[in-house]
Amino acid sequence: MNQKEFLHFFVKNKKVVFAICVYIVLITLAIIGPYISPYKDPLEFVGPGYQPPCKEYWLGTNTFGQDIFTQLVYGLRSSLLVGLSGGTLATVLGLFIGFVAGYKGGWFDEILMMFTNILLVIPTLALLIIIAAYLPYRGIFIESLIIGFTGWPWIARAVRSQTLSLKTREFVDLARITARGPIKIIFGEIMPNMMSYVFMVFIIEFGVAIHSATGLDFIGLGPTRGISLGIMLQQATLWNAIQLGMWWWIITPGAIITLMVATLYVMNAGLDEVFNPKLREM
Amino acid sequence: MKKYFIKKVLIYILTFFFAVTIDWAIPRFMPGNPINSLISRFSTLPESVKVLQSYFTQSFGLDKPLWEQYLNFWKALFKGDLGISIYLYPQPVTKIILRALPYSLIVLLPAVLLSFAIGNRLGAFVARKRKLDNIALPIFYTLTSSPYFWLGIILAWIFGVVIPLFPIAGAYNFGMIPSLSWEFIFDFLYHWFLPFGSLFLVLLGSWAIGMRNMIIYELEANYSRYLEALGASQRLIRRYAYRNAILPQVTGLAIQIGTVVAGSITTEIVFSYPGIGYILVQSIMNQDYFLIQGCFLFIIFGVLLSNLLVDIFYVVIDPRIRKTYSGEV
Repeated sequence: MNQKEFLHFFVKNKKVVFAICVYIVLITLAIIGPYISPYKDPLEFVGPGYQPPCKEYWLGTNTFGQDIFTQLVYGLRSSLLVGLSGGTLATVLGLFIGFVAGYKGGWFDEILMMFTNILLVIPTLALLIIIAAYLPYRGIFIESLIIGFTGWPWIARAVRSQTLSLKTREFVDLARITARGPIKIIFGEIMPNMMSYVFMVFIIEFGVAIHSATGLDFIGLGPTRGISLGIMLQQATLWNAIQLGMWWWIITPGAIITLMVATLYVMNAGLDEVFNPKLREM
Repeated sequence: MKKYFIKKVLIYILTFFFAVTIDWAIPRFMPGNPINSLISRFSTLPESVKVLQSYFTQSFGLDKPLWEQYLNFWKALFKGDLGISIYLYPQPVTKIILRALPYSLIVLLPAVLLSFAIGNRLGAFVARKRKLDNIALPIFYTLTSSPYFWLGIILAWIFGVVIPLFPIAGAYNFGMIPSLSWEFIFDFLYHWFLPFGSLFLVLLGSWAIGMRNMIIYELEANYSRYLEALGASQRLIRRYAYRNAILPQVTGLAIQIGTVVAGSITTEIVFSYPGIGYILVQSIMNQDYFLIQGCFLFIIFGVLLSNLLVDIFYVVIDPRIRKTYSGEV
C-alpha cells in the first residue's frame, strides 16, 4: 500500500477519525485543563464538601471539599502519561524480545519463550501488587515502569511468530546473502513489514496500561502523592460515595477511563480495516 | 497427546517455581528493607519490637545463609505454612485464605462460565447483521473497556441506592449465621447478585466482541464461500463458522483468566465481599506482608490450575490436537 492510498483509507475510515477526534479533545483537556480550572491544586480544599455540580464547582466537590474537575484533569494527565510510557516500554520490550527470539532461533529462542510463557500465565495485577506493596514511595514514573516491565509477554509472542514467518521470505534471504548484519536485517527488512501490526499492538497496550494503573490505584498501591482517576475512585469507595448517592464523584472518573480505552479499541478496529482490505467492504 | 500435556505441565510447574521465588525474594531484596520498616512501626512499644524481631528472625530465618532460607521457604510451603497474619494475629495465613476462597470462587466461576456461553452466542448472533451490529457493538465496547470495579460501583449505585433493590455490602446479612437453611441461601444469593452481575457484564462484552470478529473472519474463509456456492443455508454456514471460531475463544479464555481474577479482586472491594481480593486489600492497608504473599501464591496457583483445565478442555473440543499428538494424522 503506498502512502497516498493509505492516507485515503485512513481519513475515510469513520472509526479512525472518531477515535482521533476523541483523543484530540482528551489531550487538549489534559494539557489546558489545569489552566482553565479556577483551582490550582487538585488536593486543595476549596469549598464545602458534598456539593453537586454547580457554577462554582463544575463537576462538584467530594467529601472533603476538593474540586472534582481539577482532580479529573490532573488524573487524566497521569492516566495518559502512564498509558503512553507504560505502553511504549512494554511494546519496545516485546518487540525486541520477539525479534531476537524469532530471528535467532535455537536454544536462545527456547529460553526466551519459556520465560515469556511463564510471565504470560502470571496475572499482571498480582505481580504488580506484590512488587508495589513493598515499595515505600511510588510515583507515576515507577508505576509505568513496572507496568511496562510486566506487560510485554503477549507482544513478544506475537512478534516472534510473525518474525518466524517473515524471515524465510526471499527478500530476507537476499539481504543475508549481501552479508548484512542481523540488526540491520531485523530493523531494515523485517520490522517495516510489521509496522501496521506493531502500531496496533501499541494501541492495545496503551489501553492495558491505563487499566492496570487504574486497578493498582484503586487497590491503594498507586502513587503515594498526587492524584489519578483510580485514586479518585478509591477514595470515593472508601468514603461511601455510593451510599451517600454522590454520583458526580463516581461516574465521571470511570467514564473517562472507559471512554479512553473504548476509543482505543475502536481505533484498533478501524486501523484493522485500513490495513486489511478484506474487512473494508462493510 | 501425552507430549502436549507434558509440555504444558512443565511450563506451569516452572511458572509456579518462578512465582514462589518472587514471593520469597521480594521482601528480602526490595530496596528500603520492608522488614525493618515493619518493625519500626512498633517502635513506640519496645516490648513488641523485641517479640517481632525474634519472630521475624525465626520465621524468615534471617540469621541463616540465603540458600538455606530459600530451602526452608519451600519446606514450609509444602507443609501449607505461609506464616502468621499480623492484621488478624495470631491466625495462620493459610486458614484465613481458605476461609475466603469459597466466596471468590462462587462469584468468579459462574461469571466466567456464563459470560463465555452467552457472550459467544451473542457475538455470533450480531456478526454481519448491519443494523444489529451497529447498535450492539458500541455497547460491547463500552462494557469491555470499563474497569471491572467501576461497573460494579455504577451497578451498586443504580440498584442499591437509586432504586434500592439489592444490598451492596457483604456476602450475607450481618445478623445471620451461615447455615444451610433456605433463608440463608436466599439471602446469600441476594448479596451475590450484584458482584456477579458486574463481572459478568464486563466479560460478556469482551467475549461478544471476540466472537463477532472471529465469525466475520470465518465467513470470509474459503470453506464458507464454497458452502455458499453450493447453496447451503446461512444457518448451516454460520454453524460451521461458530464451531471454528470457538477454538480461539477457548485459547482466549486461558489468557483472560489472569485479568478476570484481577478484576474480581477490585470488584470484591466495591461490594466488601469477603473473598481473596477483599482480604488482599485489607492486608495491603495494614501492611500485613505474610498475608499479601499468601494471597499472591494462592492467586497464581488458582490461575495455573484453571489454565490446565482449559488446556484439557481444548483437547476435548479440538480433535485436531488429539489426532496430531497421537500420530493419527
